[in-house]
Amino acid sequence: MLEVKDLSVRYGQHTILDRVGFSVREGQWLMIVGPNGAGKSTALSAISQTAPYTGKILLGGRDSAKWKPAARAKYVGVLTQNHHVGYSFSVGEVVKLGRYAHSAGMFSAKNSDDAQAVERALEITGLTAQQGQNVLTLSGGELQRVFLAQVFAQNPKLLLLDEPTNHLDLVYQKQIFSLVSQWLKQPGRAVVSVVHDLSLARAYGSHALLLHQGRCVSQGEAKSVLRAENLNAVYQMDVPAWMQGLFAQWQGE
Amino acid sequence: MKQEHFRAWEFAAFSAVTLAALCLCVCVGSVNISLKDTLLVLKNAVAGLPQGNATASTILLSVRLPRVLCVALSGASLALCGAAMQGLLKNPLADSSTLGVSSGAALGAVVAIAFGIQLPALPIAGTMGTAIVFAFASMLGILALAYKLDYSLSTNTIILIGVVFSMFVSSAMSVVITFAADKVQQITFWTMGSLQGSSYFNAAVLGVTLLLCGGVILLQSRELNAFAVGEDTANHIGVHVRRTKLLVLIAVSVLIGVCVSIGGTIAFVGLITPHGVRLLVGPNHKRLLPASCFSGMIFLLLADLIARTILKPVELPIGVVTSFIGAVVFVLIFYRARKG
Repeated sequence: MLEVKDLSVRYGQHTILDRVGFSVREGQWLMIVGPNGAGKSTALSAISQTAPYTGKILLGGRDSAKWKPAARAKYVGVLTQNHHVGYSFSVGEVVKLGRYAHSAGMFSAKNSDDAQAVERALEITGLTAQQGQNVLTLSGGELQRVFLAQVFAQNPKLLLLDEPTNHLDLVYQKQIFSLVSQWLKQPGRAVVSVVHDLSLARAYGSHALLLHQGRCVSQGEAKSVLRAENLNAVYQMDVPAWMQGLFAQWQGE
Repeated sequence: MKQEHFRAWEFAAFSAVTLAALCLCVCVGSVNISLKDTLLVLKNAVAGLPQGNATASTILLSVRLPRVLCVALSGASLALCGAAMQGLLKNPLADSSTLGVSSGAALGAVVAIAFGIQLPALPIAGTMGTAIVFAFASMLGILALAYKLDYSLSTNTIILIGVVFSMFVSSAMSVVITFAADKVQQITFWTMGSLQGSSYFNAAVLGVTLLLCGGVILLQSRELNAFAVGEDTANHIGVHVRRTKLLVLIAVSVLIGVCVSIGGTIAFVGLITPHGVRLLVGPNHKRLLPASCFSGMIFLLLADLIARTILKPVELPIGVVTSFIGAVVFVLIFYRARKG
């Protein structure tokens, strides 16, 4: 579904990504992990064509740069970590924007698929009762669910998540990852996400890509990539010991 | 979910209020003419019949009607451009002047007044022609510089260039005024905004421009909704971001260039009207844009009526009235928003 070859991103003399390559197949959830500044979010920006790059990004076998924006939006959906909505749109209006790429134009007849897709997205994310609510009155977690509903309404084949649960409490983290996990069960879908939480990466990812200073350190099945020696080398610390220490505090309660 | 488009009754209500404001502004002035006489004059003029009341027909047909038409069309244009810019830049403080094109048009008009520039074919349209040329040149200059600095035409780049360009133009205007000390009063009156002496030719130019550029802006309603939610959102849902920005910026520039060339710089209409309308119909541009057109017409018609009558026979520049009302309304809206 996604094939990335020799992907490099440079800003002036500074190299953010250096000849990175990976691929994602149907049903896979690829977790891109690595320390700050590794180039994780930049890789997602390049895939969604919002960062200049060299190399090849193929979506469904076709060069991503040659896709028209609306056609690309039908194939790739993006959920970022922060949202600053400008005006007091309702939840329903924001979710409905997800159908933009599917509507033929302003003068086209009303498409019943659009209404159904929006209703379904609101239902899956538990927002049906809140669809008339002003988005400016929502908490960060609720707002993230609204944008997840927008991406679901968009009905892409490939979902790109850029640290989708940053700043969210545990309840919302669980909700977002469970919803994406359910979404992925449908045939013809795949997910690529950038995460900092290695436990989440291990729990939900089928595959992983470990980046360090813009280069690929390891890639493959999540369990083989997220191993102690790989992580220790990249993070310059004993990662498993640190995490086990954290969990040990909860044992015996 | 909220109704997306204008309902028929909403359209009828806005039309009725606009029509009432139009009638009021045509009938009332330094000389008041009854609605019955006004309608009779209009009917005779349309049918080509001789006018019974020569004074009323001269006042209505030669002075008031072209002016009221220009005021209504300018109000609709300024409010529409303000709403579009606020959506496109996701900035409630943006309006048509943010881009700097209105400053460019103003410089053109000031140059024409100061140096008495006239178009050989259309001597009456010297100021207008020069202002339109300057508006176009400003637009091209601003967009070219924005492209050169930032290919993606980011919102911050556009705002920054607009502000810097406006400052530059302000200095250039001061230089021009220095060389035309005898015309300072005329220039000052023009820069404060006035539609005194508007003609049917002005109204026709405004009408055609509004039809074309307004049509382009209205067709971008869905895209403007996406921008108002966030430029990233617009990108991710499949909006052709750069093309939409260019289309809206060019349409706004042309419309504002023509408006400023005819009526001078009329402040606050493009800023305040969309704010008020958003409270009434919500932020969805499918409703906000047409509602802003109607409301801009009503606001400017009433402001012009006040400008003509409050100190009659002395007439105030319309921009002074819109600034007074706009500033007070803006503070009220801001206060209300802060107090929830």
